Amino acid sequence: MKQLVVISGKGGTGKTVITAAFASLAQNKVMADCDVDAADLHILLEPKILEKHQFTGGKTAVINNEKCNQCGNCIKVCRFDAISLNPQSTIHNPQSVSIDSISCEGCGVCFHICPKMAIKMEDNLSGEWFISETKYGPFVHAKLGIAEENSGKLVTAVRQNAKLIAEKENRDLIIIDGPPGIGCPVISSITGADYVLIVTEPTLSGIHDMVRVIELAQHFRVRICVVINKYDLNIEMTKKIENYCKISKISVMEKIIYDSVVTESVVNKKTIIEYSNGKVARQIKNVWEAIQNELN
Amino acid sequence: MIISVASGKGGTGKTTVAVNLALSLDEKVQFLDCDVEEPNAHIFLTPEIKKKHSVNILIPKIDESRCTYCGKCSEICAYHAIAVLPKSVMIFEQLCHGCGGCSLLCPEKAIEEVCKEIGIIQIGKSKKIEFINGKLNVGEAMSPPLIRAVKKNITDEKVVIIDAPPGTSCPVIESIKGSNYCILVTEPTPFGLNDLVLAVEVIRKLKIPFGVVINRSDIGDEEVEKYCHKENIPVLMEIPFDRKIAEAYSRGIPVIEAILEYKKKFQELYKNISGD
Repeated sequence: MKQLVVISGKGGTGKTVITAAFASLAQNKVMADCDVDAADLHILLEPKILEKHQFTGGKTAVINNEKCNQCGNCIKVCRFDAISLNPQSTIHNPQSVSIDSISCEGCGVCFHICPKMAIKMEDNLSGEWFISETKYGPFVHAKLGIAEENSGKLVTAVRQNAKLIAEKENRDLIIIDGPPGIGCPVISSITGADYVLIVTEPTLSGIHDMVRVIELAQHFRVRICVVINKYDLNIEMTKKIENYCKISKISVMEKIIYDSVVTESVVNKKTIIEYSNGKVARQIKNVWEAIQNELN
Repeated sequence: MIISVASGKGGTGKTTVAVNLALSLDEKVQFLDCDVEEPNAHIFLTPEIKKKHSVNILIPKIDESRCTYCGKCSEICAYHAIAVLPKSVMIFEQLCHGCGGCSLLCPEKAIEEVCKEIGIIQIGKSKKIEFINGKLNVGEAMSPPLIRAVKKNITDEKVVIIDAPPGTSCPVIESIKGSNYCILVTEPTPFGLNDLVLAVEVIRKLKIPFGVVINRSDIGDEEVEKYCHKENIPVLMEIPFDRKIAEAYSRGIPVIEAILEYKKKFQELYKNISGD
């Protein structure tokens, strides 16, 4: 069983549109949306949710001011500036201590050093993940809780479950829609994958971010190739991308044209393959065929 | 005044709005690019970088001559960054958040902390604008400490504009926390709406006043506008799709230089949110 991940460095280059098109084209696969911060693939795949799971990815420190004697040790050791003396004092708590749950990284150092055992670590419900059925087969996706951390761990949960389904149902491919950037969720999305497709666009920011994400993929020793989306918006920049890839020995699989039919398909909540027979759809089919050859 | 520009989804035009707002103001401006995974604002502002320094987190180093392999450090590490074997200790640097708990609580005082670079900060000037950005080292997972380091440079006497990263998790929260106003940039498509709704929930949780800018406002459907109306969210500005803007963007040219009347529009946007 192989794992294909679509990433981009920069957001908004067309990752999800291309991943959804692959869902229409690929046989015998599992789909996974690892952009758990801003999951969008479900909009095009219209999943029917079969299973819903809570995800507790970390802990948060909570203080009991009845037990606290304001020694201040917790404030001193917290490296995330999450603990402070509460300026709003009351008769019972002349100087109560407060912990900002958003700044707290759940390291537990305050809990360990508190001499009064006034701090406890509580589980964080940091998201949910789902197993769904779509007309294109099984789909694993997630929703990160609002203002929650641990998106890297949630990505790992999505990938692990996609893999379990693929093994159980004898499916030979997992197609993963990855997050933007080069940080923790992207690293979780590509480690151990077989092949990474990088979608870029012909803009200075597109090139800049593509170079960073290529370095990242190479750092983790994953095989990569590039697709230039909306290439005709700036032919000169497209050439620059092609040159960079040529020097770096990375294949540019396709240059996809800009066409407003793509936005139309998204507004109609259809994959581009379902919605159109035009050039963009044909070009993405070419990409899919080339990737199949690479994977086999 | 601190104004952050966020979006939920990537590629909606966050950097475009942040950069053009900064360039349009007559006030003294400090510009912070907090999208440390993929910083892009320098492409448009072309600052002259005057200072660079590296940002470190502290990670544990074991003194094996003192270590008794008791396992306490591994037991208290919330991030599973330390594994203690019968005769050795393994440290997984990528997982370490630098909380310092292991060195503080080691009963044998066998752990010291050493610096590990996670990225750099660059400080410079672009005409009147003071420019600061952070650049995360490739392969490094932890961006919030770098974002915190970028934000340490904030000075009160200027208008501070923060270009935030996409998404709704830790790096975004770290970037927009403490802002007086947040501009959310979106586009009028089902993707844009889905991610806008998530971003609005985040901002409401942080209790920061906010409004929306709709980019490429004529390409999709009416749902974003309907949502803003229903939720009483002000639509601060609409930027229609214009090939001239797209081309200028692709070359790293700010919108206000490509289409002059936008300068006035961004000034009005600022007036609107600052209450001047």
